Amino acid sequence: MSILVQTDACVGAGQCALVAPDVFDQDDNGIVLLLEPDPQGADLAAATRAVRLCPARAIALSTT
Amino acid sequence: MSSPARVVIVGASIGGLTVAESLRDEGFDGEITLLGDEPHLPYTRPPLSKQILAGEWQPEQAAIRTAAELDGLGIRVLTGRAATGLDVEARTLHTDDGALPFDELVIATGTRPRPHPVLAEASTLRTMDDALRLRERMETARRVAVIGSGILGSEIASAARKRDAEVLLVGRSGSLGFGGVGTLLSDELTRLHEQHGVELALRAELVGAELAGAGLAPNASGSTTLAFADGTSRAVDLVVAMIGGTPRTEWLAASTLDLADGVVCDHLGVAAPGISAVGDVAAWLDPITGRHRRVEHQSNAIEQAIAVAARLAHGGEGAQPVPLFWSEIHGTRIHAYGWFDPERPLAELPKTSDSPGTVSGSHDEAGELRGVVGWNAPPRDFRTARAAVVTTIRPLVAHS
Ligand SMILES: Cc1cc2nc3c(=O)[nH]c(=O)nc-3n(C[C@H](O)[C@H](O)[C@H](O)COP(=O)(O)OP(=O)(O)OC[C@H]3O[C@@H](n4cnc5c(N)ncnc54)[C@H](O)[C@@H]3O)c2cc1C
Ligand code: SF4
Repeated sequence: MSILVQTDACVGAGQCALVAPDVFDQDDNGIVLLLEPDPQGADLAAATRAVRLCPARAIALSTT
Repeated sequence: MSSPARVVIVGASIGGLTVAESLRDEGFDGEITLLGDEPHLPYTRPPLSKQILAGEWQPEQAAIRTAAELDGLGIRVLTGRAATGLDVEARTLHTDDGALPFDELVIATGTRPRPHPVLAEASTLRTMDDALRLRERMETARRVAVIGSGILGSEIASAARKRDAEVLLVGRSGSLGFGGVGTLLSDELTRLHEQHGVELALRAELVGAELAGAGLAPNASGSTTLAFADGTSRAVDLVVAMIGGTPRTEWLAASTLDLADGVVCDHLGVAAPGISAVGDVAAWLDPITGRHRRVEHQSNAIEQAIAVAARLAHGGEGAQPVPLFWSEIHGTRIHAYGWFDPERPLAELPKTSDSPGTVSGSHDEAGELRGVVGWNAPPRDFRTARAAVVTTIRPLVAHS
């Protein structure tokens, strides 16, 4: 599992950094920063939740 | 509770799709059918009035999932298929191409733009097809009138200014609205539009329109003269009306559901046994205000969808959605989270960075923070403020 972010779609809502703070952060403009592209365990569960909650669909989970 | 075998979801957009995906997240292994009347696979609407109108994105960039991904999740998607009726008792959905029996139905049919009473031919924006048509017209329109003082009116005015058109933004109420924040940001939005060269006419009532040449026909050139109640008039090349949406419940008119304003549901999104609703079309009971209300925000559709999927899959109650909304107007990013009392002005909250953005808050009668607005806010400060919002169930205003 790895996380992909599409920064040009990100709207800086911060849902990701709020629910998975060890996986995502935001830069000074609010745009998503990927801290951990390959999260494990509880971080993976949190990242999955962030994928679903992101209102811009700017994060995806890839199985490849 | 045993989980249902067949879930049918009407409306193949963010709300409906998120129900389907979240059912799989929750381990649901029954049949999922997602049907929608648009010809497209699900896409997100927020970019329509922003990147798509501005010409910065191609339609594919707004798509959410590929057919292969949906297939991989075992979600049967029927595009170009409309629901036409519902038999609540028999748990059967009628469509324009046959009946679909279900154990659980989720209604996620959204809204459609209300036509302007004086100018029903005016352009409007809800779907990808609307956006592509409007984009084409914006390419040549030099003078644009946008009717509607809500967020979408402001966003379209902003998109037209990006193309350097002359823009007149017309409202009736005297102020500019911002979704759940109401008119609390009206002064800031007014200033923002003025700084970016939008002409505002916020107490103007459109009483007539005269079409010259090919007028408002799609893709046509020619001008329209708008007549206002105060006797003034204005010639423009393009008129866009964004005066609000009507819930798409027309296909439910003959059913037994309560359709007072959209599909009326309890606080878990249940409209009737076996029938739930999510997103723009759904009026959930809001425990905070004690009223049923529709919330027309992307995040609300997503959170309601996640909660309904959890309930259908294993009877969980899910979390109550907290309203979260964002917009981008003339390059300014505005975020709003929580509840806002229109009677109480926003108060600026402290921030830790020295950037020019602001975070302000809405407090209830007891002085507790219930909502926050970020105006180009430093992200960390907005997150800190969000985390401090009291989201427990207690009323905003003490009832007598
Ligand atoms: C231009 C625009 C910009 C926006 N910008 C923002 C923003 O910046 N931030 C934000 O938070 N929100 C924004 N929104 C709001 C957000 O897009 C909506 O809240 C969200 O799309 C609601 O999702 P939904 O699934 O409930 O409904 P919808 O997205 O409206 O989807 C409903 C679907 O059901 C289909 N349907 C309707 N009736 C039937 C039927 N009888 N049979 C089959 N299918 C049917 C419709 O065609 C549609 O595809 C914007 C909306 C628009 C239009
Ligand atoms: S949740 Fe989505 S939109 Fe919000 S900051 Fe994260 S990636 Fe960006």
